[in-house]
Amino acid sequence: MRTLRITTAVVSALGVLTLSACGAADTGKKNDVGGKKSVTLTVPSWVGAQANTAVAAYILKKELGYTVKTQQMGEVLAWDALAKGDVDAIMEDWGHPKEEKQYVATKKTVVKGGDLGVTGHIGWFVPKYYADAHPEVTDYKNLNKYVKDLKTAESGGKGEILEGSPDYVTNDDALIKNLKLDLKTNYSGSEAAQITAMKKYAKAKKPFLTYWWTPQWLNAQIDMVEVKLPQYKAGCDADPKKIACAYPNTPLQKYFNADFAKNGGEAAQFLKNFKWTTEQQNEVALMIAGEKMSPEAAAEKWVKENESTWKAWLPKK
Amino acid sequence: MTAVVTAPAKEAAAPERTLRSLLRHRVKGKLLLIAVAALVLIPAGIALWGSGSWPGELTVNVSGPLDDANQWVIDNRDTHPVFLYFLLHFSNTAVDAVDVVYRFLDAMGWLGVVVAGVLIAWRAAGLGRRGVKVAGTAFVAFAVCGLLGMWDATLLTIALMVVAVAVAALLGVLIGLAAGLSDRVDRALRPVLDTMQVMPAFAYLLPFVLVFGTGTPAALFCTVIYAAPPMARLTALGLRGADPAVLEASASLGASGWQRLRTARLPLARRQMLLGLNQTIMMALSMVVIAALVGAGGLGEQVYSALSTVDVGKALAAGIPIVLIAVWLDRTTAAAGDRIGESAPGGGLLHGRSAWALVFAGVVAAVLGRLAIGTAWPEGWTYDISTPVNKAQNWITEHLSSGIPVLGGTEVWSEHFTLWILNPLRDVLTWLPWWSLLLLVAALAWLVGTWVTALTATVSMAAIGVLGVWAKSLDTLSQVLAALVLTLFLGVLAGIFCARAGRLERWLRPVLDAMQTMPQFVYLIPVVALFGVTRASAIIAAVVYALPAVVRITTQGLREVDPAALEASRSLGASPRQQLLQVQLPLARPALQLAVNQGVVLVLAVVVVGGLVGGGALGYDVVKGLSRGEMGIGMTAGVAIVCLGLVLDRITQPTTRKTD
Repeated sequence: MRTLRITTAVVSALGVLTLSACGAADTGKKNDVGGKKSVTLTVPSWVGAQANTAVAAYILKKELGYTVKTQQMGEVLAWDALAKGDVDAIMEDWGHPKEEKQYVATKKTVVKGGDLGVTGHIGWFVPKYYADAHPEVTDYKNLNKYVKDLKTAESGGKGEILEGSPDYVTNDDALIKNLKLDLKTNYSGSEAAQITAMKKYAKAKKPFLTYWWTPQWLNAQIDMVEVKLPQYKAGCDADPKKIACAYPNTPLQKYFNADFAKNGGEAAQFLKNFKWTTEQQNEVALMIAGEKMSPEAAAEKWVKENESTWKAWLPKK
Repeated sequence: MTAVVTAPAKEAAAPERTLRSLLRHRVKGKLLLIAVAALVLIPAGIALWGSGSWPGELTVNVSGPLDDANQWVIDNRDTHPVFLYFLLHFSNTAVDAVDVVYRFLDAMGWLGVVVAGVLIAWRAAGLGRRGVKVAGTAFVAFAVCGLLGMWDATLLTIALMVVAVAVAALLGVLIGLAAGLSDRVDRALRPVLDTMQVMPAFAYLLPFVLVFGTGTPAALFCTVIYAAPPMARLTALGLRGADPAVLEASASLGASGWQRLRTARLPLARRQMLLGLNQTIMMALSMVVIAALVGAGGLGEQVYSALSTVDVGKALAAGIPIVLIAVWLDRTTAAAGDRIGESAPGGGLLHGRSAWALVFAGVVAAVLGRLAIGTAWPEGWTYDISTPVNKAQNWITEHLSSGIPVLGGTEVWSEHFTLWILNPLRDVLTWLPWWSLLLLVAALAWLVGTWVTALTATVSMAAIGVLGVWAKSLDTLSQVLAALVLTLFLGVLAGIFCARAGRLERWLRPVLDAMQTMPQFVYLIPVVALFGVTRASAIIAAVVYALPAVVRITTQGLREVDPAALEASRSLGASPRQQLLQVQLPLARPALQLAVNQGVVLVLAVVVVGGLVGGGALGYDVVKGLSRGEMGIGMTAGVAIVCLGLVLDRITQPTTRKTD
């Protein structure tokens, strides 16, 4: 009797499931709370991007009355989510040619959101105390003379160049080979590990060479000097194996989900208008990372002090 | 390779003696044969292939097809019927389920959740002192979560855990039923379960994200994959272990197969199944931070975002609640498990159904209480530990990393360890000609097992070469070996001390709990600050994670040594040292072997995390595959890690294969 009942239950449950599967699933956004007044932003893992996302989220919430959801994830995953509509906007992108081609040019599920106003630059850096003591080190041609200073247990007799997270674009292995440098890359595997190592070196005033970039909040705590690499020319980084030139200057970009850009109303317009300077971004970033304020608190403080800047970003009524 | 700690040890014990004596006789013969084979094969190898790394023409490029598959999914997931009519339902259901649980918990209010946690813990652990203790643990756990300002994140994590554990347990029971009732299914499933646990979640997170989308769905399914195997294994073990006499009796009473399963076999397996549930919960909790990498939110996200500002204090504030949830669930399920089979003393208001009714009434009362005090955790009742913790961390790293007289400091140790142990080990492994490594693996595996063992190990090793990650895998292998030796040395030593001094074990228990469940991401920064961006840091992270299991298994193994044997040796005048070396350790051999197995599995599980602090090699590749969205790189490295696991398992586990 009981067996029969269980069988009936299972069969009917399966039936209902099959029937429900007949309808196409909803591919639209599941995250919408109460319809249109909600925005989802991705929070990249580095602090500069956290700063502008926090400020944007704060103004969206307090001034425009939106519900803002933030999601932290890797850059490429964020692009994927952006294309699917799980995320509405990326506020700071350092250039993803493959994804841009795929989603912006071909599938048209992502659209450009304009400049952020901040210019990013990747390069090789040494700490200022070391550059001051050995001015020659700031040219790549002289790096081989300083190999003994840069040696570590991991570099096997060569000089070590500290690398960051696998997220980041790097040509350093090709550069070392093509410029005939006696260096070896050591991949720290995460930004946190890289920063910890740099802070440790700086505290002991030890020499080191690292893959690094600006704008970066840590630059306010450790003075860094860029090592000169052969000048960047358009197209010199076309073949990854033959690269022998510096990294370009990248005006950082915003990207929006195509539907959001079209139907996002005030929020989309506001995010499109959002544009500030490197100094402004660093100010907020340093509050978050240096003073360990929460991103919301840092954004609130900045918004209170810089009304004239952000008032201009609000959509005209 | 199981992550299950206690159960299989006893299984292996019985056939162990006979097998070992068999091996004894055979070893000499095998050695002779291997020597002959070496004499013939090594010159042949040198003549044919010379020396050095795996030859390029013997590799197969699997990255290309994988990346193509990746692309196909991206192109078709909005239109293809497989997604629209099938897979999307999964992801939508997953989101809804977690959402419902979270809203429910949130609506109960903080008082409701605390009271429910405490009362259920009390009911599960029974009355008396034990019940009070477990209930007290639950109360402290929840209170601290709130005090640290993590109440909302904790609720979200619990919601995710409830759904993930429910699905994993269901899946595990189904697999376990199949494996427990049929030998053939059991054999076929074993490698599948092994792979589910050894394959780093980072490697398969990407395909799940592509198919199911970021956020809750991908995180949920990855957690289920990682957490289901212990439930499956222990269910199968429980079903197999059922007393034949009872089954015989129920069969003779005319029960059908289905009835027998329901009325005899499943109830008899209850204890094992509950242990499986306990392990499943622990595994699921260890995935919390990885889930956050794809945007699942909760405590994991707090840990992960604290990392980007290098804020150890904040990461710890989110890590402690994860440990506390684990302790609360562990003590509650363990207490419930211990009570199975105990006869309840009499009826009364505080037993059986009426006790559950009491629990329910209490929760309802507390939930109503939220009307008076609000649902959110009171803002004023929080304490920020971030600043003091960061100060303490700075002080410690500053004073320990260098400049200690005589000892030198952690930085010096790390450098010496890298230069004198890791580098030579890696250099020897990479210097050995590829074919000689295959021969070595084959010989070792054959020596400890059968020719099937040898074949599996050699094929796995060869697969690494074919995948084209030979050099990187050897680099990883050298790190894994170093970590393994260190773990086993420290773990067995600590286990011996614990077995001899019960007080030490009680004192260590919370420390071991924390080491196992605290997300590695929390202590990565202090480890880097102490040991630098080196492979040594990666090894420390692995040792911290793998040590507790080894200590626990060793302690338990030594404790369970037959007291009569010990008594006999004592009466013969053996000193404590002689007792240990000649009686306890040899008799605890099965447990020690299990400890080695767990050491291998757990060290491999952390290879990826090591990639985040300078471990490089395969671990870095897996992380790179995920963060760059390149499935080829990540999956290849992930499969290579599984192959390494197989090789190490086969050459370190002489007997378990036999008893399977």
